[in-house]
Amino acid sequence: MFQILKKTQLAPAIYLMEVEAPRVAHAAQPGQFLIVIVDEKGERIPLTICDYDAGKGTVTIVIQAIGASTMRIAALEEGDRFADFVGPLGHPSEFIHYSPEKLASTKFLFVAGGLGAAPVYPQVKWLAEHGVRSDVIIGAKNESLVLLEDEFRALTPNVHIATDDGSKGYKGLVTNLLKELVAVQGRRFDLVVAIGPMIMMKFVALTTKELDIPTIVSLNTLMVDGTGMCGACRVTVGGKTRFACVEGPEFDAHQVDFDEAMRRQGMYRTIEERKRAIEAERAAGHKCNIGL
Amino acid sequence: MANKIPRVPVREQDPKVRAANFDEVCYGYNMEEASLEATRCLGCKKPRCVEACPVSVRIPDFIRCIVEGDIAAAAKTIAQDSLLPSVCGRVCPQETQCEGACILGVKGEPVAIGKLERFVGDWGREHRLTLAEPAPRNGHKVAVIGSGPAGLACAADLAKLGYEVTVFEVLHRPGGVLQYGIPEFRLPKKEVVEPEVENVRRLGVKIETDVVVGRTLTIDQLMDEEGFEAVFIGSGAGLPRFMGIPGENLNGVVSANEFLTRTNLMHAYDQQYDTPIYTGDRVVVVGGGNVAMDAVRTARRLGAESSIVYRRSEAELPARREEVHHAKEEGIDFRMLTNPVEVLGDERGWVTGVRCVRMELGEPDASGRRSPVEIPGSEFDMPCDVVIMALGTSPNPLIAATTPGLEVNRRGCLEASPDGATTREGVFAGGDAVTGAATVILAMGAGRKAAAAIDNYIQSKA
Repeated sequence: MFQILKKTQLAPAIYLMEVEAPRVAHAAQPGQFLIVIVDEKGERIPLTICDYDAGKGTVTIVIQAIGASTMRIAALEEGDRFADFVGPLGHPSEFIHYSPEKLASTKFLFVAGGLGAAPVYPQVKWLAEHGVRSDVIIGAKNESLVLLEDEFRALTPNVHIATDDGSKGYKGLVTNLLKELVAVQGRRFDLVVAIGPMIMMKFVALTTKELDIPTIVSLNTLMVDGTGMCGACRVTVGGKTRFACVEGPEFDAHQVDFDEAMRRQGMYRTIEERKRAIEAERAAGHKCNIGL
Repeated sequence: MANKIPRVPVREQDPKVRAANFDEVCYGYNMEEASLEATRCLGCKKPRCVEACPVSVRIPDFIRCIVEGDIAAAAKTIAQDSLLPSVCGRVCPQETQCEGACILGVKGEPVAIGKLERFVGDWGREHRLTLAEPAPRNGHKVAVIGSGPAGLACAADLAKLGYEVTVFEVLHRPGGVLQYGIPEFRLPKKEVVEPEVENVRRLGVKIETDVVVGRTLTIDQLMDEEGFEAVFIGSGAGLPRFMGIPGENLNGVVSANEFLTRTNLMHAYDQQYDTPIYTGDRVVVVGGGNVAMDAVRTARRLGAESSIVYRRSEAELPARREEVHHAKEEGIDFRMLTNPVEVLGDERGWVTGVRCVRMELGEPDASGRRSPVEIPGSEFDMPCDVVIMALGTSPNPLIAATTPGLEVNRRGCLEASPDGATTREGVFAGGDAVTGAATVILAMGAGRKAAAAIDNYIQSKA
């Protein structure tokens, strides 16, 4: 079990892995995540679920080699096994409980920033399977980092790309593209789901607050067990402390204290790791160090 | 004829040395010491110690075996009632259980039952003794949720009766609190916990790790799709409490569960492992139970100056006496009658200290306990880098929330009859999931009772 059946490189340092995990595959729903441990000395790393196939008993994950642990995971090859692969964890996305009428009448816009494309994919797929064509914005630093574009286009015609450097699609931030879709093109959205780096989710939340569109974010906090027994993942939502692993990971974006959440994300970053992360970001041509 | 010698002392690691390592503090008895201590037992006809043991270990019987020099027989005697003698000998609060009831304790020191049990358990393991054989299968399947003391005790008893038992564990290693909660220096994992879990496996019990009941699987699926006729829930009380005071989400405030999980389960103190831990130079642990002692002594070993802050006085500390004593020897600073009111932080959001208020004990309340009352105007600040909240835990709501018909009480504990039957037919529960955070041995006792009730239930249906 937990064998890697397929590994593909999606972008520089970003890999997709299809893993044999029948129990997880059978139970997974859009919006959920899992925890992997690479080997006996590894840490418990929360990862989003990108796809799942109950029939084949497989779960697909996307991983970016950024820190020591994710580099070790990314170095695994087809045929290798994860020591542990636990899930699915967290609540499924709320829309899976919508009535058919509500589903059909809701206009969804997904905003996927960077690796956030992976957890957005099963949501868009689930909706497509239920006859809903949602809009998707894929945001990336440049063309080479635009993830899963073909996969999204196979589900919905309404895929919009935004790159920081304009090497593909709209030049600029996802928030500006979002504003343009609404303000210039006059598109109506009833629900925005934004998943990506915390800083992106914060600014999407600020933008949609202005536009008065209900918004959901999926919080990628620190986690240890992922089952509600430690509180490493606690976040303040609507003034209350919540555990992202069991009460989330999806929350009302307009209620989340993003500044606290970003600060807490950095808690275990040693000075050395911080340096490495900044260097890796710079090497990838990205100047912004917010959130590192 | 019992020997009227004083209680044989137990050898321990030097406090100065051990405060900087994770090796076991207490070395335990050797054969000579154990044999001598065993001669102190009066062999009571109506042994009060057995009555006071939640799993009713046949104490005078196994001690007699030690006196006779037959340690294998002693091990087998204990194994009839407990498969975790090396664990219980180390972590039970004997002073309030077996040893607290020992008649010798009335005028002097009780027999060191815990240390003797530990000696027998360790001897049996070192001599690769087979403690119990798998029973012929009876064709019935039972699922056990959680591989902590309650689940292991229940699974072992059911396997001895011939049931096909599968234990589902949420974490990646079995043992529950024995694995993630109690530190290496009190309870070695590789040497003690893992072999004792292995003894349960040897009875034919299957342990499936990485399964989150309520997410990966539901109890309904276990019963309807996987053919389990009964389920025992021994999922513990792992949900940490926080105080709800300002500053509690600053960087550097962690629950004891997080701190101990990082160090014990994830080996964060060992550079070879990937999981990080942060202690800074000064750690304040809030609470007075065993978990607080474990956290503060762990922080000390990671090099931090460490203090306990507790709102009542020393007499009310709920931790085992031995642990408080060990903590003091290791240089832990105890601040009694002190309660945090705010965690202080810098402009970057990191902890710089904790603001406390002094307390005094008021009149005894209805339960006879004197509750602490704040002394107005007594606020003072304790500078520190890390605050560990060890305020107790409650059951995780995940299983109850995903199992129709399973009722919980106001405190989130599962409703269960004394033999463990819940409000859902075929579903039994025991240990901390029912009582809230208690002890290893009480959980084992509940697991054993539920195993008997499950056997009754399945046999009455057959």
